Amino acid sequence: MFYREVGEFKTSYRSDQQTFPIALDRTGFLVTLAFAFVIIPLTMSEYWAQAVFLPFLIFGIAAIGLNILTGYCGQVSLGSGGFMAVGAYSCYKLMTGFPDMNIVVCILLSGGVTAFVGLLFGLPSLRIKGFYLAVATLAAQFFLVWMFNKVGWFYNYSASGQITAPEREIFGFIVTGAKAETLPVYYVCLVMLFSLAILARNLTRGAFGRKWMAIRDMDIAAEIIGVNPLMAKLTAFAVSSFYVGISGALLFALYLGAVEVGEAFSIQKSFLILFMIIIGGLGSIFGSLVGAAFMIGMPVLLKNLLVTNLGWPGDIAAHLEFMIVGLLIVVFLILEPHGLAMLWRIIKEKLRIWPFAH
Amino acid sequence: MSKKAESRNDSDSYVTADGRTIGPAVMEMRNITLRFGGVVAISDISFDIREGEIRAIIGPNGAGKSSMLNVINGFYHPQEGEVLYKGEVRKPMKPYQIAHQGIARTFQNIALFKGMTTLDNIMTGRLTHMKQGMISQMIWKGKAEREEIENRAIVEKVIDFLEIQSIRKTPVGRLPYGLQKRVELGRALAAEPSLLLLDEPMAGMNVEEKEDMSRFILDVNDEFGTTIALIEHDMGVVMDLADRVVVMDYGRKIGDGTPDEVRNNQDVIDAYLGVSHD
Amino acid sequence: MSAEFFFGVEVFLNGLMAGVMYSLVALGFVLIFKASGIFNYAQGIMALFAAMTLVGFQEGQIPFAHLFNAMFGMEMHHFGWHMNAFFAIILALGVMVLFAILVEKLILKHLVNQEPIILFMATIGLAYFMEGFGDLMWGSNVKKLDVGIPQGGNFWIEENTAFLGGDAFYGFYLDTLDIYATVIATVLVVSLVLFSQYTKTGRALRAVADDHQAALSVGISLRAIWVIVWAIAGFVALVAGIMWGAKSGVQFSLSLIALKALPVLMLGGFTSIPGAIIGGLIIGVGEKMFEFLIGAPLLGGATENWFAYMVALVFLVFRPQGLFGEKIIERV
Repeated sequence: MFYREVGEFKTSYRSDQQTFPIALDRTGFLVTLAFAFVIIPLTMSEYWAQAVFLPFLIFGIAAIGLNILTGYCGQVSLGSGGFMAVGAYSCYKLMTGFPDMNIVVCILLSGGVTAFVGLLFGLPSLRIKGFYLAVATLAAQFFLVWMFNKVGWFYNYSASGQITAPEREIFGFIVTGAKAETLPVYYVCLVMLFSLAILARNLTRGAFGRKWMAIRDMDIAAEIIGVNPLMAKLTAFAVSSFYVGISGALLFALYLGAVEVGEAFSIQKSFLILFMIIIGGLGSIFGSLVGAAFMIGMPVLLKNLLVTNLGWPGDIAAHLEFMIVGLLIVVFLILEPHGLAMLWRIIKEKLRIWPFAH
Repeated sequence: MSKKAESRNDSDSYVTADGRTIGPAVMEMRNITLRFGGVVAISDISFDIREGEIRAIIGPNGAGKSSMLNVINGFYHPQEGEVLYKGEVRKPMKPYQIAHQGIARTFQNIALFKGMTTLDNIMTGRLTHMKQGMISQMIWKGKAEREEIENRAIVEKVIDFLEIQSIRKTPVGRLPYGLQKRVELGRALAAEPSLLLLDEPMAGMNVEEKEDMSRFILDVNDEFGTTIALIEHDMGVVMDLADRVVVMDYGRKIGDGTPDEVRNNQDVIDAYLGVSHD
Repeated sequence: MSAEFFFGVEVFLNGLMAGVMYSLVALGFVLIFKASGIFNYAQGIMALFAAMTLVGFQEGQIPFAHLFNAMFGMEMHHFGWHMNAFFAIILALGVMVLFAILVEKLILKHLVNQEPIILFMATIGLAYFMEGFGDLMWGSNVKKLDVGIPQGGNFWIEENTAFLGGDAFYGFYLDTLDIYATVIATVLVVSLVLFSQYTKTGRALRAVADDHQAALSVGISLRAIWVIVWAIAGFVALVAGIMWGAKSGVQFSLSLIALKALPVLMLGGFTSIPGAIIGGLIIGVGEKMFEFLIGAPLLGGATENWFAYMVALVFLVFRPQGLFGEKIIERV
């Protein structure tokens, strides 16, 4: 009764293909945009911005990236943390090597470097598949972290091994370094997420999306109907790494300001992003964002509930968080491998015919 | 609807009794031998497939028919012999390159992409024709969208032809077996192939479904002039549909001609009745 | 022969012993992978949990004490007893068997026909869950594990090999604990091999590993086998947990040894018991020798973090089934 598409007929293929074919969905999307661009930035507290919104925006990009590789193209990667590190360190080298370069250009170029590195690591994907590829990406993860730790050139031979972002501005607002202001940083990240999400949506609904999904579903059949498997996999690796690299660069330059690779880009991050797309929904851009929101928001909520309200010690909250995440992963894999996005779609389908049952 | 075509041994075009034009050979197998380790799957087989005809490959189980289809398809490379496609000797190629040459196929055990809808599956059949690059696709508006709409129109024609409009948006994993086979045919047709290979298209179907599928195969051949090679076990279907038949047994060719000629061939009768070979 | 050479030999011997430990951990993986096609990422956490449970029983810790204290404002921590190591081990084993039963019932049963990658991700979820659960149950502080195995450098060996290598060499410094661990691990490995070859259950395990359908058709209960396999893996995890825990304390990093097992498996093949052993030895020796000969002098050290993975990567590309695994065949 609430959720109607009665009377909404599509008279052209273009209108059938649009992202939000149902008017109610379109309105919902616009409302969400209004929230994201206007209401939230004006009303959010510093705590919420730093603890929830900024990480959500940044990891949302990484989640979309990993979903392209794993959810759409079926190549499981456990190396996202390492690739975020590639993005971060590229950004650092560009910022320190070219002090006059615009920060947005730095970030985009960092994405490009990561895309190239992703291509390299994607080359073996033709020979090793499925689970074995996952293990290979694990190797990449450990190797990259070691490399950024050990090879001094990457951190400009600083004594601490840390990399720190120098100050940069956009339109006069300082967005990196110690004096960065939260609001401009928020908008930069929001605009990046929004544009990258649109680009991802376009890619995945067209020929590339179908090539990737064909490889995922049955790669031998895909090859027989004309998909070049190496190109399909490499493009997935490249695009995915582009996104993950940008996310890493943003995390370093705009959010953390200073980074130690073993902490910030460890295998825990790889799992974090993987969990985002499992819970949110594999093969869904919307799902990536839902998953990111969940994985970022849930620990904060849990901590607020248990520690602030109930007065429990912080480590219990951390332990419970692990248990909840682990439990949800298993539950989602058993019950709904397509994650929250699919659950949402099912709810909408039921609402379409509510109050009838079928 | 039965066909009475006269076979010719030369490569001139001729017109069949029901008005279709059959041209010269579009694919030729010359002395093909295929081995898997010590097992000889195909042993010195030669035959041709003429443009616009429906060629059936039949034989008892294990005769090597699927392997033969895979050789035509380019998935297997024969150790000896040559494959000529459109008059040229085919060099060893990757399967996806062969698809670009205009050969499409269906599979015995349905190889649909279970994670996608019917529409998306058939759209994958158009991938060899979709040329827009990544940047264009990311932007979407403009060339990429136009290409998508053009190809969508072609796919919709295939959907109309196969009468599967109502299941357009259904994930194929949820479709019954007969419909899945039809969607798979749709995917092959969407590629607008010059040569269509069907691996046991009637397998697992009841009488009604077989009639539907036969009708589709004949219509494809009639309306679009597509050359078709099919493997089939149902003799009634083969006799009705095929212009010419190749019979295989134990990796060898034991019959080659029109359905009538083959039906009366003693070797073929022996193979099916299981007369022991000395 | 110079002292340098004998140092090298010492590194080699240590590498062998480390390798035996890796093999032990890798074995747990191979067992589960062989029987159910699942790569159990949670194997490392199982070792940690087993060790924590053992210590908890020994020290008379109250499970979930921290949580209860927070919830109800109490202050209790221990029951007040100290349990004998032997009983504690038996009890810990019982807990691991219970764990195996629960895992089969709640997780494995529901994921029977899924692809290996889904099962793998489920074990990652399980690992996270067990990490939080174990910490909640026994506390996340570092614990000392002592089941009576002597530790420290073995003076007898040191003294009696000092005659080699001249003045600069003081004899092989080998830790007694490591020696015990090697012996125990070898005994365990041999018994596992004997078990799988010569007992009825072992045969059933191998049947299941070969072909689920065929095993079902001769009346083998798949579910029972899985419980048994996970219980054995739990036992192996307990032994590994005891060995590593005695050496470096029971703490989170214990679970990371599982990640070390991965390269061992890639080298030895995921489905081969002898492969796990030989792979473990090669990695153990290779790691230490590489660091000794090339890593420390030329590359700044800490190459042990990735050496194993690089070797594994090479194998993955050129010989994915490892040295002894079954060849992976794909069909249309």
